[in-house]
Amino acid sequence: MSKVLMKGNEAMALAAIKAGCEAFYGYPITPQNELPEYLSKHMPLYNRVFVQAESEIAAINMVYGAAGAGARVLTSSSSPGIALKQEGISYMAGSELPGVIINVMRGGPGLGGIQPSQADYKQITRGGGNGDYYLYSLAPETLQEAVDLIKESFDIADYFRNPVMIAVDGLIGQMMEPVDLDREVPKWDLKPKTWIADGNTKNRKKNVINSLYLDPQDLEDHNMKLKEKYDEMRANHQRYEFINMENAEIVIIAYGSVSRIARSAIEILSEKGIKCGILRPITIFPYPKKAFSKLPLTVKNLLVVEMSTGQMLDDVIISNERGLPISFFGRVGGIVPEVEEIVEKVLEIVGGEKHE
Amino acid sequence: MNNVEIVYKKSEGLTDKYLSYCPGCTHGIIHKLVAETLVELDLIDRTVGISSVGCSVLNYDFFTCDMQQAAHGRAPAVATGIKRVRPNSIVFTYQGDGDLASIGIAEAIHAAHRGENITIVFVNNAIYGMTGGQMAPTTLIGQKTTTSPNGRDAKTQGLPLKIAEMMATIPGATYIERVSVHNPSHVRKAKKALIKAFSIQMENKGFTLIEFISTCPVNWGMTPKDAVDWAVDNMIPYYPLGVYKDKTAGEEK
Amino acid sequence: MISEKVIIAGFGGQGVMLMGQLLSYTATAKDLNTLWFPSYGPETRGGTANCSITISESNVNSPVISTPDSIIIMNKPSLDKFQPKLKSGGHLFLNTSLVKDVVLREDVNVHNVDANDIAIELGNLKVANMVMLGAYLEVTKVFDAESVLKVLKKKFTGSKASLIEINKEALEAGKKAVL
Repeated sequence: MSKVLMKGNEAMALAAIKAGCEAFYGYPITPQNELPEYLSKHMPLYNRVFVQAESEIAAINMVYGAAGAGARVLTSSSSPGIALKQEGISYMAGSELPGVIINVMRGGPGLGGIQPSQADYKQITRGGGNGDYYLYSLAPETLQEAVDLIKESFDIADYFRNPVMIAVDGLIGQMMEPVDLDREVPKWDLKPKTWIADGNTKNRKKNVINSLYLDPQDLEDHNMKLKEKYDEMRANHQRYEFINMENAEIVIIAYGSVSRIARSAIEILSEKGIKCGILRPITIFPYPKKAFSKLPLTVKNLLVVEMSTGQMLDDVIISNERGLPISFFGRVGGIVPEVEEIVEKVLEIVGGEKHE
Repeated sequence: MNNVEIVYKKSEGLTDKYLSYCPGCTHGIIHKLVAETLVELDLIDRTVGISSVGCSVLNYDFFTCDMQQAAHGRAPAVATGIKRVRPNSIVFTYQGDGDLASIGIAEAIHAAHRGENITIVFVNNAIYGMTGGQMAPTTLIGQKTTTSPNGRDAKTQGLPLKIAEMMATIPGATYIERVSVHNPSHVRKAKKALIKAFSIQMENKGFTLIEFISTCPVNWGMTPKDAVDWAVDNMIPYYPLGVYKDKTAGEEK
Repeated sequence: MISEKVIIAGFGGQGVMLMGQLLSYTATAKDLNTLWFPSYGPETRGGTANCSITISESNVNSPVISTPDSIIIMNKPSLDKFQPKLKSGGHLFLNTSLVKDVVLREDVNVHNVDANDIAIELGNLKVANMVMLGAYLEVTKVFDAESVLKVLKKKFTGSKASLIEINKEALEAGKKAVL
């Protein structure tokens, strides 16, 4: 199929339909409204479920119920709404239920703003709700990548029996780009869902979906079992991309829309004779720590660029095993960093005057 | 021993797990009625029950059907999630008054509002039992709890919430009834109410809620017998029994 | 090789978003890379609105345009906001029906179009955006008007089909305005 021009939120919605998503439960919030709006129109055409819930809290608990009944299920929201969903997300992780959550991030804290942001990084990568758990979290930079990852994310969620978070900023939700919705994506080896509680015990024993373990030893065992999953994600499922890394003297670390702006910046820097690479995390949990040991020895500086006051920065500090100097540049409040700002920052670090 | 006749046995809808309820509490009777209803209507192997947070949190171990445990107050949302993707399954929630009438009131109202084809078993004992006897929205005026030590005062703590009456005002609700289990005749009436509610769900006729007047001898500080008497003397006058809404009334039997 | 970055700005309701989308739809039909990004004020109706469109044969990187090759300015506040960003030697398309007596940069190519007046003459003020687009296409040659019209025909179906003729006339009138 040829490419079609679609708005980000709508393309992500259609990607979920293509992935066999059986149900969507959500609540309106800007800047992701086109996503549920699209699904409200298209899910019934495929005989699938669309429910506008009374709140984000209700929506995620509907997701919990449907996932427990074995359905492929989706919800979407934006930052303050994701904060409200943390209760249900924690229950899903605790009960080992798969599900996909799309977060079209906006500025905060509180009501914040409605413009693009990456200020949910910690909310996404540190679990977010109560308890010891993590979400497999994917941060695409283009609509095509968003579509491909969403299609794959339902498999990933089923494979790990854990929620998957798609972390995009408002730019990706609102932009239009040509996308191919039928591109092949990796298929994961999935076992039949024998654990579901969907009210069908004629030919099997009853199943219970539950995150309560009153005996401390039982809960510790359960926590260690969950940890094994997160360790498996960390060991074998980190994803990242190196851009222009050969002989790089400085590396920009950026994800999502910001990595695209960095791509434009390194073109300008290259014209100025500066070898600047990009490390683009695709998974933000597990964080692509392995990439840091593969940085070329020519790299003398790291620059973290985010639409936050420095949240991924912490993961870079944790992962920086060579002890390279780390600089940071961030814009917040819904302001997107400009290409020239990044160029200037890099010049400042490498001593731009000697190249001019 | 050849002429032994079984005249009574535990419902097949209940497991052999030891019930976690305090002596004299009426949760046990209500569990039995729900289980018997599901078995008699031949629904038990196509049912998903939702355990809520509160004294009944462990009842995922007590019913023989599939069970999902829900966050505090969210059982009607969880039930909605299940019922929408598995419409042929029978879905019920089992919720106390702290769970439903306080933290989960929005989920309860909106499940009714959407006309979800689910059944809510609502157990009202006028107190938070599991957390140690705090004031609930349903606590009566003057009733002493650990967070209304001088007795509930309407001026600062409001008047007790009448859930059956309130839910009956929701246009989307199909059947709302309040029952009690304080004596055998009322136990029989309560069973009838459950059969009615689950039959409505079987026929896809929409949202049903049965409110049970229940007791909490431990947190009320009474003997089981006194607790039952207190419920009859104090709760039932404020929470009158009866059918508050029946959209199916007048339909052919 | 096509590589065009354009910002279109005006009041909400002037059809600013549609102009930009038409460019991106046309680019997609020609199998080019493109990116359309909107920015709205907080108002649901009547606020300011602008969109950025990148059209390129290679990958589109930054979704945000800091130095546009062209700007299409539909009202005065938009001129103040975007004129300083325009690339030196770039094209400034000005809706002179609404933007008058202003200071303009001397290092850019200014194209004056009385878009509202021309649209009213054609019989529908709403096609002022298409007049501007006609002028833009004529000067920049990014696409021919025919390709854009083809996309418009696909988008305007049903009750909107009757509007295709006046949109075609508007594109034509915009072209003439800068000849």
